[in-house]
Amino acid sequence: MADRFEPRIAVLCCNWCTYAGADLAGTSRMKYAPNVRLVRVMCSGRVDPAFVLRAFQDGADGVLIAGCHPGDCHYINGNHKTMRRFPVLKRMLRQWGIEEGRIRLEWISASEGDVFVKVVNEMTETVRALGPLDWRARTAQEVPDTTHHTAG
Amino acid sequence: MAEGKLQLAMYWAASCGGCDVAVLDVNEKILDIAAAADIRLWPIAMDFKYRDVEGWSDGEIDVCLFNGAVRNSEQAYLARLLRRKSKVMVAFGACASFGGIPGLANLHDRESIFQAVYGYTASTHNPEGTRPQTRLEVPEGTLTLPDFFDHVFALHQVVPVEYFVPGCPPTPKTIMTAIEAIVTGNLPPPGSVVGASTQSVCEECQREKSEKPVVAEYHRPQEILVDLKRCLLEQGLTCMGSSTRGGCGALCPAVHMPCRGCYGPMPRSLDMGADALAAMTTILDASDEETARQKTDRLADPLGTFYRFTLPVSMLRRAPKGSAAHS
Repeated sequence: MADRFEPRIAVLCCNWCTYAGADLAGTSRMKYAPNVRLVRVMCSGRVDPAFVLRAFQDGADGVLIAGCHPGDCHYINGNHKTMRRFPVLKRMLRQWGIEEGRIRLEWISASEGDVFVKVVNEMTETVRALGPLDWRARTAQEVPDTTHHTAG
Repeated sequence: MAEGKLQLAMYWAASCGGCDVAVLDVNEKILDIAAAADIRLWPIAMDFKYRDVEGWSDGEIDVCLFNGAVRNSEQAYLARLLRRKSKVMVAFGACASFGGIPGLANLHDRESIFQAVYGYTASTHNPEGTRPQTRLEVPEGTLTLPDFFDHVFALHQVVPVEYFVPGCPPTPKTIMTAIEAIVTGNLPPPGSVVGASTQSVCEECQREKSEKPVVAEYHRPQEILVDLKRCLLEQGLTCMGSSTRGGCGALCPAVHMPCRGCYGPMPRSLDMGADALAAMTTILDASDEETARQKTDRLADPLGTFYRFTLPVSMLRRAPKGSAAHS
């Protein structure tokens, strides 16, 4: 138990639905995995793909993007924009060598505290099974010493 | 600048030679450059020896235009040597500035590249599995070859660089603007991009753009007959124009080919690939997840398209060694 890998998961969640849903889970005293770090954005449509890349670069083992259900967006269609970006982002991350299970998009409304709990617990176990991503250490590159070079 | 003529060095590292040829593309203005400058090193055009360069005193060269990325020990050695000999180091072209096309190799490492090149490509016949060696003793002495790195570096990741001149290759206008700025000493603060714009390629592109662009389907250039006037992105081509620094005059879209992003990211961009991904997919005509998935499946090789010239300077920089990357 002590040696179990505890993943760090960044959750980029929208102010109007998912953040309120997470709040509901908390005020209802539901228990969920403590592996998530919530970052509140005004809309899931605000999630620039660069935020996801930055999270992985800075040590996240997984990233969850969560927003209002399609049709429920506070800004009419912000979540549709994320919905269109997501399949390409996922495919591109796979090309980088980041497994599919490390990135997830979910629609969680303000009344769905139980869904928030379920998604967070599921994702924590998925990412735990994948192991640490440890991006910086695994991609670090020093320029080799070349003082000895004498060709030419 | 030094008394008299400008002391100029040009060098190529991991590059195709296009940047060197681009310098000649300034046509008769090359005579102005020759009049204003002593060309002290230019391996593509004249014969020089590295020991000549080693013999120069530090700072003897006013400006070094260095093109190409750094992917082996010879290139790193020359980058460091020329840095020491030069007052101003210029990353010339997309490869030196961002890693460029050679930088796409950062999805692989030395071993997997050697496995392909000396192993299983269709044109490889190498039954003994011979690999290049960096040293070989022969009766006449020792032969050496440069050491191939695991990783491709942009120039500023190896040595400090004062200026960046982007492009694959830089256009004659970009080159002349940069050289004039250098000759007259009319230069922006170190670290700046010289000879390019601070706005996107779209600002220079003459194609007709709509207020609210929508992409119905993605296409590859060979699959459709393009409308000669309309924005290429709106026609479903993966045009990088909106995520790319201008200054080229939008030459590619002017001849109906989508921008490939060779002038690099916009000023203050966090990550060029993320910009391009957001720009191209957000405007897709898809209002449910299944349609979005099906339509975006037609967008081939997102990583290679969005980071075609900038992978080594992107946020993620490379695929981890031994990962399941690029599958």
